[in-house]
Amino acid sequence: MNPAVETQIPALETTGPAVIQIMGVGTAGVRLLDTLAGADFAGAARVAIDTDAASLTASGVSHKIQLDNRLVRGLDTGGDAEHNRALAEAQYATLKAAGAGAQVILLVAGLGGGVGGVITPLLARAARETGALVLAFVTLPFDWEGSHRRDQARQDLKQIRAQADGVICLPNQKTFKLIDENTGVAEFFRISAGLLTEALRGVWQLMTRPGLIQIHLADLCALLRDKNSEAVFAFVEAAGSARAREVVEKLLAHPLLDEGRALAESDTVLVNLMGGRDLTMGEVNRVMEQITRQCEHARVIMGAALDEPLKDRLTVTVIAARHGRSAAPGEAAPSRGAHACPPPREPSGKPHAAGGRRKADPKLRQELLPLATISKGRFDKSEPTIHHGEDLDIPTYLRRGVSFY
Amino acid sequence: MFDDSNLIVGLEIGTSKVCVVVGELNAGGALNIVGLGQAPAGGVRKGEIVDPAQAEEAVHYAIVEAEKMAGVEISRVYLGVTGAHIRGFNNRGIHRVLAEDHEITEVDVQDVVKNAKAINLSVENSIVHAVRQHFFLDGQDGVTNPVGMLGSLLEVDVHVIHGVTNRLQNAIRLVKGLHLEVEEIVFNGLASSLALLTNEQKELGALVIDLGGGTTEYVVYVNGIVKHTGVLAIGGDHISNDLGHGLKVSLSRAEKLKCEHGAALVQESSKGHIITLAHELNLPARTINHEHLQRIMSLRLEEIFQIIAQDLEQAGVMDYLGAGVFIGGGGARIPHLAQLAETVFKLPVSLGQTNSISGLTSALDQPEFLTAIGLVKYASLKSRKRPAGGFLSLLRNQFARVLSLFF
Repeated sequence: MNPAVETQIPALETTGPAVIQIMGVGTAGVRLLDTLAGADFAGAARVAIDTDAASLTASGVSHKIQLDNRLVRGLDTGGDAEHNRALAEAQYATLKAAGAGAQVILLVAGLGGGVGGVITPLLARAARETGALVLAFVTLPFDWEGSHRRDQARQDLKQIRAQADGVICLPNQKTFKLIDENTGVAEFFRISAGLLTEALRGVWQLMTRPGLIQIHLADLCALLRDKNSEAVFAFVEAAGSARAREVVEKLLAHPLLDEGRALAESDTVLVNLMGGRDLTMGEVNRVMEQITRQCEHARVIMGAALDEPLKDRLTVTVIAARHGRSAAPGEAAPSRGAHACPPPREPSGKPHAAGGRRKADPKLRQELLPLATISKGRFDKSEPTIHHGEDLDIPTYLRRGVSFY
Repeated sequence: MFDDSNLIVGLEIGTSKVCVVVGELNAGGALNIVGLGQAPAGGVRKGEIVDPAQAEEAVHYAIVEAEKMAGVEISRVYLGVTGAHIRGFNNRGIHRVLAEDHEITEVDVQDVVKNAKAINLSVENSIVHAVRQHFFLDGQDGVTNPVGMLGSLLEVDVHVIHGVTNRLQNAIRLVKGLHLEVEEIVFNGLASSLALLTNEQKELGALVIDLGGGTTEYVVYVNGIVKHTGVLAIGGDHISNDLGHGLKVSLSRAEKLKCEHGAALVQESSKGHIITLAHELNLPARTINHEHLQRIMSLRLEEIFQIIAQDLEQAGVMDYLGAGVFIGGGGARIPHLAQLAETVFKLPVSLGQTNSISGLTSALDQPEFLTAIGLVKYASLKSRKRPAGGFLSLLRNQFARVLSLFF
């Protein structure tokens, strides 16, 4: 947590209006995109992409791309993933053109359905080919939506992870705890959408507002890029004189952070504080002290920024990432060096965390996204070979994030 | 049977194979390889025994084969040891010369070496080797034999290789269980380096990498002495495992693919090339992208070299490797390995060729036998220090040693 050096380097240039582009993909994505309107996202080009004409017509976004869909005459293709994939591959050029010129592309989609999950990875690939940095914000379906959708969503997520620089994911099921059960369905979805919006806003602010203590996009990417990492986020705000204490309380009670437990299990935690002109050093100190106490073993990346319109409110965005399966019990989480995040992707020598604090209570384990299990194959039972905190028994290509597709 | 005092046997219980080399010292003290035995190993992971029963069987088989080939009965072996628990470091011993005339005697030399070996190891560790390096006489560097020189402060560096006692004992016990005596245990990396390097190369400075099945050992010589050693518990097994995982094939299939199609660098010719795996009935079953195969291998091998290079960099010996890098072990068979190593170390790389030993060329040509040959070489160097001769002279020598204790 030494920002002194980092502040020397300018943040991402945000001079041109179309440098950052937000794309909503699929019905859910397009709807989410609509909620992103407003002053907070001034300067971002918003693009809605769907196969369904009706969904696009309903959207207030000015730039819309309807993927040609002759088979169903412009109607929604629904959950037919294979069909969508073929469709999207055929119109790859259109997707690529959509992202042209942008330096950073934020993708918003709901997974498990037919369009969002299928087109998003392709979009990410297309965007990356144009040299842009890609962050994806996705929702996972509710448990009651059935195993088919859940499996589909997991597959989709895997695909996206392989293509995008970073993925932040919101399992809808978790929002249940956050929202009163008696809430109306429409209201419920509005709040749930609001959660994702908050994450987006957090990242957005992080990129666009000049920070007092700057968090680099590189830091964010390093945090999110690891294929096997699981990231959760929370965004809280409070106002008034006791706001510093209040945000911490809210954070530690936040259902998306498992009431703060996710912090304790994380390997890397990114914290961004934002306040009005009256943000005091004491407040920054108080908040950070509390958060770092929760995640003693994690590498904490912190940033602080001033935002005039916030007035007396204080907002805190937390993104906590836990890397793949821990390898060495009893071994303290190793500190990791700073990683470069070059927009032209390279397999970076990112050490895989062996952050092996094993908690006594297995229930404390955050049960988010058991995705690609890291296989040690025949070395599963043998003494792990740890080198600088990396478990070398895991195939090198996995640790270096080289994917073959 | 006949007198076996000139017979020396090296036994290496490797992760993928057990190797036995039988050597014979002729009257002139030159070494001649007369027998070989090998068996695919089982029950060994990362250079250490995990299933004694299985490992014992393999050792037994290899020993019997070597006995048959050499026409001798093996009763004593030099046993190679390795494993992630083995570490090396340098330690310095200091001795003040008390004699009036400041002339250094044999006793002074023994004392200083003893001091250097007196190190604080935790209880569970024991020393495998303490290799003497150069002497310093009143701060003067590079003295190889100080006896007869004048000085008041004698210092010596030793390179200490140590390991966890219990884990070393596991291998020894296994061998003893086969009614074989373990003459001495030798660190595999050291043995390989003895088999590979000439004295001149040691003087110039050289890095020896033994890329084995379960472990990779490396030894650095600078100015003719062992300066740095290390073990990395990664080897050919890991490559197979990576391939199995990456290409979604069984381990045995991965192993076969590695041997048949592997390379340390992605070849132009393999780009876009598809390997078709045959079914038992010779029907095409699956296809595998040749480029992916080689990339997975290349990444792993590159990483191994990078870790070694990093370690040497830290030890500060990277700039003293005048003779370059020498690679042995089964891994040396991987095509284009030297090319890859050259890009990582930025030094000339050669694949191991045993030298200065005569005998069965079939053994000398195989990189897998390097360690076992090195063990025999180590033994021959040891025995050369003793007066050469038959059993009687050995006995006389023993007596003399006992007598010298009293007088």
